[in-house]
Amino acid sequence: MSELYHVSASPHVRSKVSTDKIMLCVVISLLPATVFGIYNFGVSALILTLLSIASCVLSEFLYTKLMHQKTTVKDYSAVVTGLLLALNLPATVSWWIPVLGGVFAILVCKMVFGGLGRNIMNPALGARCFLLISFTGQMTSFSSEKYAAIDAYSGATPLAYIKNGGTEYDLMSMFTGRTLGTIGETSAIALLIGAAFLLAMGVISIQIPAAYLLNFVLFLILFSGHGLDLPYLAAEVCGGGLLLGAFFMATDYVTSPITPRGRLVFGIILGLLTGIFRIYGGSAEGVSYAIIFTNLLVPLIERFTIPAAFGKSSEKKKKKGDA
Amino acid sequence: MSLGTFQGGVHPYDGKELSKSKALRPVLPKRDLAFLLSQHIGAPAKPIVSVGDQVKVGQKIAEAGGFVSASIYSSVSGTVKKIEPRRTATGAQCDAIIIANDNQYEEVEYPKRKPVDQMSGKEIIDAIREAGVVGMGGAGFPTHVKLSPKAPDQIDVIIANCAECEPYITADYRRMMEHPKELIEGLKIILKLFDQAKAVLGIEDNKPDCIKTLTDLTKNEKRIEVKALKTKYPQGSERQLIYAVTGRKVNSSMLPADAGCIVDNVETIIAVYRAVAEGKPLMERTVTITGPAIAEPSNFLAKIGTSFEDLIEEAGGFSVPPIKCISGGPMMGFALFQTDFPVTKTSSALLCLTRDEVAEGKQTNCINCGRCVSVCPSRIVPSRLAKFAEHDDMEAFERWNGLECVNCGSCSYVCPAKLSLAQAINYMRQKTLAEKRKKK
Repeated sequence: MSELYHVSASPHVRSKVSTDKIMLCVVISLLPATVFGIYNFGVSALILTLLSIASCVLSEFLYTKLMHQKTTVKDYSAVVTGLLLALNLPATVSWWIPVLGGVFAILVCKMVFGGLGRNIMNPALGARCFLLISFTGQMTSFSSEKYAAIDAYSGATPLAYIKNGGTEYDLMSMFTGRTLGTIGETSAIALLIGAAFLLAMGVISIQIPAAYLLNFVLFLILFSGHGLDLPYLAAEVCGGGLLLGAFFMATDYVTSPITPRGRLVFGIILGLLTGIFRIYGGSAEGVSYAIIFTNLLVPLIERFTIPAAFGKSSEKKKKKGDA
Repeated sequence: MSLGTFQGGVHPYDGKELSKSKALRPVLPKRDLAFLLSQHIGAPAKPIVSVGDQVKVGQKIAEAGGFVSASIYSSVSGTVKKIEPRRTATGAQCDAIIIANDNQYEEVEYPKRKPVDQMSGKEIIDAIREAGVVGMGGAGFPTHVKLSPKAPDQIDVIIANCAECEPYITADYRRMMEHPKELIEGLKIILKLFDQAKAVLGIEDNKPDCIKTLTDLTKNEKRIEVKALKTKYPQGSERQLIYAVTGRKVNSSMLPADAGCIVDNVETIIAVYRAVAEGKPLMERTVTITGPAIAEPSNFLAKIGTSFEDLIEEAGGFSVPPIKCISGGPMMGFALFQTDFPVTKTSSALLCLTRDEVAEGKQTNCINCGRCVSVCPSRIVPSRLAKFAEHDDMEAFERWNGLECVNCGSCSYVCPAKLSLAQAINYMRQKTLAEKRKKK
């Protein structure tokens, strides 16, 4: 009986959920979109994806080694970043684009802030925007003779085609994903399958995507000039990076508000900004910029949405009653 | 009937099947008994015996040290061996009266009581105070104080806390199954103090047999009803229970009495019955000895002062060496570094685990996932509050309602980053409260 037992503060039991399991769930949920992207765009998509993931994981590994920190690559968050970055690239970019993007995402957007949980914007999107600005040509050119078979709009993504006044878009192919775009954004159905998985596993909650999508649609109805044009609305929702952004990137825990009301506000601002960028902006896209910009508003949003604690309202009533 | 419940909460593995079917069994202590002078909230009791004195079962050995305090009685006959500081399960130190058991169990004559019907409210309260009854669910708040609110007329609901939401513990369950009549009689005694009140037995629906037994027994009682509650931790937390039963909300600056409620747990109500109807002081309580390390998980009627080691032996000893021994349940109990601690008025269980899940968890940075927010019964933001605690930012801690924490531990339980959120918040809450007291 001389041996001492373990002591710690309560509670003494813990749930089985862990950070790495959550990240693994996110990886799994992105697989349908990834597999479809590879099927749609060919082996180059596969190579770019692998390069992007390898670049992210290696950057994080080397950074932690160099800084004499415990390595954090085992939590799979670098894999998620790499995968998301790849899904946001056109399949035609040079091999060094995902490599550079991965390094930028991990080092500049994540590790210098203190690693997982400390970054202020979504690393994958931060890197995508960096690449978009620095290498606009490569990042926005989707047409190539190699993809002539599925290039129904002479080298334009469906969204760009619509923005230029096109009206003969094929909703079905946008839904299944047989169109042009970045590797992971084209197939609405693949993305929705992944999103359903995340929702079912309890990894994400519906507030952010629902507020985002509903407010975006509302904005389009009011300001796009198309009014309640259902095919147009469906095309806008399925096209571009909206579904990928709404379900997989706006819901990034670290860069979204933790307060329940804050999540709604966050989604609403995203819908608004995406609408503004898509309709009034120079490009047909707007999701990436909307998300990283709103990421920066998160501390402010949280400040104004501190939840009312249990029983706090009844206290006010009581005080009024006393007065 | 709809189930009473609250927002938030978690569903940890409940482990009750280990000891659920084991009937309550009295245990005779083999080792010396230690009666801690601080087994309750408030001033420690003052010893009224000296080393060498002979004591009997039921003899008062320490007098309440103030209004908010409680007397302590010997549960055995024997000799006062020494009075020395001992460590309590929570890690604090306080004086204890050590009594060598002579195994004769010679009892004092208990004072003759009037029949309950003829007792006045004051006589009932006095009997409860005299018997040293405190809240036996864990807090140890002296029951006579709780039953003397400022405005007794405004109390309209007496809640019997029969939730027993802590995993593994089955002590209250056995009490309800084996002594339901005493429980109801005890409730009736409390009802005599509050003319406007009705009594509600709040029972989690994982104990359907208790619900049925008590519903049948209270069929003809106009002022007593049974309310089934959703099985969810922390259903037995006072504020959550009041909300589940009445829909009223109580926060940290209020007492249950401010919402017209008084909450007492099963064991406390039984002690009230013994004190008032039988004139017997509080000397024993139910204790569950359980966990994967215990050979025969059991429910005991243990004499207060008995060493947990006696109870472990009575439960067949350890089948495998435990890693962690907890006084109380796994969610809010206190880890013990060894097991030679005495049973106190508030010891409901000893849980011996073969794994330390806290030590096994790999900590990462907070990923801001918000799971702690969705399970928090106080509807606050644990991860953020823990961060304020880390930064020692009292102002932000208060602004984000950190003082509303009930330390249920749901946030730590659910955290995927395996952070000890409840510990950090509780530390900061204590510190903030201490700071506020200083300013006053």
